[in-house]
Amino acid sequence: MIEIKNITKTYITGDLETPVLRGVSFTIKDGEFVAIMGPSGSGKSTLMHILGALDTATSGEYNFDGKNISEFSQNELSAVRRDKIGFVFQAFNLLPRSTVYRNVLLPLIYAETPVHLRDEMVKKALTSANLPEDRWDYRSNQISGGQMQRVAIARALVNNPSLILADEPTGNLDTKTGEFVMGTFQQLNKELGHTIVLITHERDVAEHAQRIIHIRDGLIVSDDKSHKQRIIHHHQEKNDSV
Amino acid sequence: MILSDLIFETYSAVTVNKARSGLTVLGIVIGIASVIAMVAIGQGAQASIQSSIQSIGSNLILVMPGAQRGSVVSTGRGTAQSLTQDDADAIGKTVENIQAVAGVVSRRYQVTAPGTNTNTSVIGTTPAYPTVRNIQVDTGSFFTDQQVLSQSKVAVIGPTTRDDLFGAGTDAVGKEIRINKIIFRVIGVTLSKGGSGFNNADDVIYVPLTTALHFLSGNNYLSEIDISAQDQLSLADVQTATTNLLLSRHKISDPASADFTTLNQADIIATASSITGTFTVLLAAIASISLLVGGIGIMNMMLTIVTERTREIGLRKAIGATESDIGIQFLAESVLLTFFGGAIGILLGWLIAFVVSKVIGTPASVSWFSVGLAFGVSSGIGIVFGYYPAQRAAKMNPIEALRYE
Ligand SMILES: Nc1ncnc2c1ncn2[C@@H]1O[C@H](COP(=O)(O)OP(=O)(O)OP(=O)(O)O)[C@@H](O)[C@H]1O
Ligand SMILES: [Mg+2]
Repeated sequence: MIEIKNITKTYITGDLETPVLRGVSFTIKDGEFVAIMGPSGSGKSTLMHILGALDTATSGEYNFDGKNISEFSQNELSAVRRDKIGFVFQAFNLLPRSTVYRNVLLPLIYAETPVHLRDEMVKKALTSANLPEDRWDYRSNQISGGQMQRVAIARALVNNPSLILADEPTGNLDTKTGEFVMGTFQQLNKELGHTIVLITHERDVAEHAQRIIHIRDGLIVSDDKSHKQRIIHHHQEKNDSV
Repeated sequence: MILSDLIFETYSAVTVNKARSGLTVLGIVIGIASVIAMVAIGQGAQASIQSSIQSIGSNLILVMPGAQRGSVVSTGRGTAQSLTQDDADAIGKTVENIQAVAGVVSRRYQVTAPGTNTNTSVIGTTPAYPTVRNIQVDTGSFFTDQQVLSQSKVAVIGPTTRDDLFGAGTDAVGKEIRINKIIFRVIGVTLSKGGSGFNNADDVIYVPLTTALHFLSGNNYLSEIDISAQDQLSLADVQTATTNLLLSRHKISDPASADFTTLNQADIIATASSITGTFTVLLAAIASISLLVGGIGIMNMMLTIVTERTREIGLRKAIGATESDIGIQFLAESVLLTFFGGAIGILLGWLIAFVVSKVIGTPASVSWFSVGLAFGVSSGIGIVFGYYPAQRAAKMNPIEALRYE
């Protein structure tokens, strides 16, 4: 699904060159659940933006679903994001004045999904993200942080993307709520087969994934597929206080 | 992005901050309203001036004493003494294609009836005058050639003068009035021509020319000779022939030093409509400036909105919006605002034109053309002034936009 070869990224501000990624290569297969770990400033978010076709690498090759997208134009990248990728941002990035339902619907209007299919897709995504049905018509600034994060997950899911990218999805949540959200990701990966790449700097969070890639100063320092995955039994906790 | 989604997104974006959208729209409303009202009033005035010029007669040529100045608006004309009834008779005898000729002497006098008085214009003329000037007698009759020859002290009065002197609707025929202290008997009242204001064709008294010369002005000079040509085609020929005849009668060889001026009705209408036309364009141009200011207001607001919604734009791009999706969304917002402003502006302009026409008494005509144009222009303003902000939104880099604080 994802194959990157020797990706570098250098930010240039004025005369100042900041090399952030200095040659990163890996392959992620369909259906994998990968966590990317590293200290602050190591280039995790930068890498995620490149993986998510939000940004282009300075050099290197990026094959997504067998296509080399390194040379794509802005509009071609938009189409890749629209059809293949769902994002969950650390800062949620919901439209505060729109309802929960409308926020989740948003990707479908840019995908020009036929109107009669939309309602079912939105409801399915909201259910998969474990968002209580009585909150669907709330404005998205009237719900809790944990619920916002699940709206963001539902929005990432709604168009059935092959890849879900999440940047510190639990960074703004307390431990318990964080666990619950991680359970949701595991469920999406196991039951619905989405490929998930998740960024975090917490070991506890990363252990929910099948594979952990460590990065430091723009280089991969370890790629661990053998750790013991922490499984959350989601369904028993579903009616918790979150 | 399909149309119904675009409409929903645009509508909800515009209604988020109703006060700000309303104030921005106000600029367009005022601009469009003033253009509509100004053009309507200008065109109404133009139509009313044309119809009042047309109502003074058909295929009319006016000869006035005084030098030709090459333009309708010249000073000093009409006060010189160079035209006599003999000139008028000679024109009637020798110039071809003439329907009728009437000598005119006119001046304002104090006129009294028992208990009332008024100041009005008294026209001394001949029985040909009603033909030349399209005047119809309502009750009684106009004076005859016989009454002109005998210098009868008879008068035909306009309906407004009748109302002023005897009260509205009274039968004035047979009553007596005093013009400049001389007693005249009213023998007829003319039909209203519907004029108003300063140059009212209904506020007038007609008396026999000879009577006016002998008892009122005290000399032999005319203030005007009115000629009506057979038809529109002969107008220019009659004007030339008249000029040549009068030049030879007055023994003037150089037409540039003529002691009279001839004007034909077509020229008067053309000049008047070019003046009112210029006036209308000027009004519209002034009003357009406010439209321009309104457009700049729209651009200013759209730029503010684009900056405010930077993160939102970043998000929309992140979930797959293309540059054209974003560009069209913002363009639709500004076009919706200006279109809406245009609609309200047209209604308001219509209302202003209506009120103004009621107050100053000239008709104002709001044409479908100007309504269509206003809609086109206001939507066009939305596109022109919304384009740059929309492009700015469309070209945003998604990552930088998402990072924006
Ligand atoms: N637009 C930019 N211009 C210049 N330098 C940048 C830009 N964006 C990021 N950087 C630099 O790139 C480096 C890596 O940033 P990045 O956001 O990828 O870190 P991160 O690993 O996600 O850190 P964190 O865990 O704190 O989120 C940082 O040192 C940052 O200063
Ligand atoms: Mg980061």
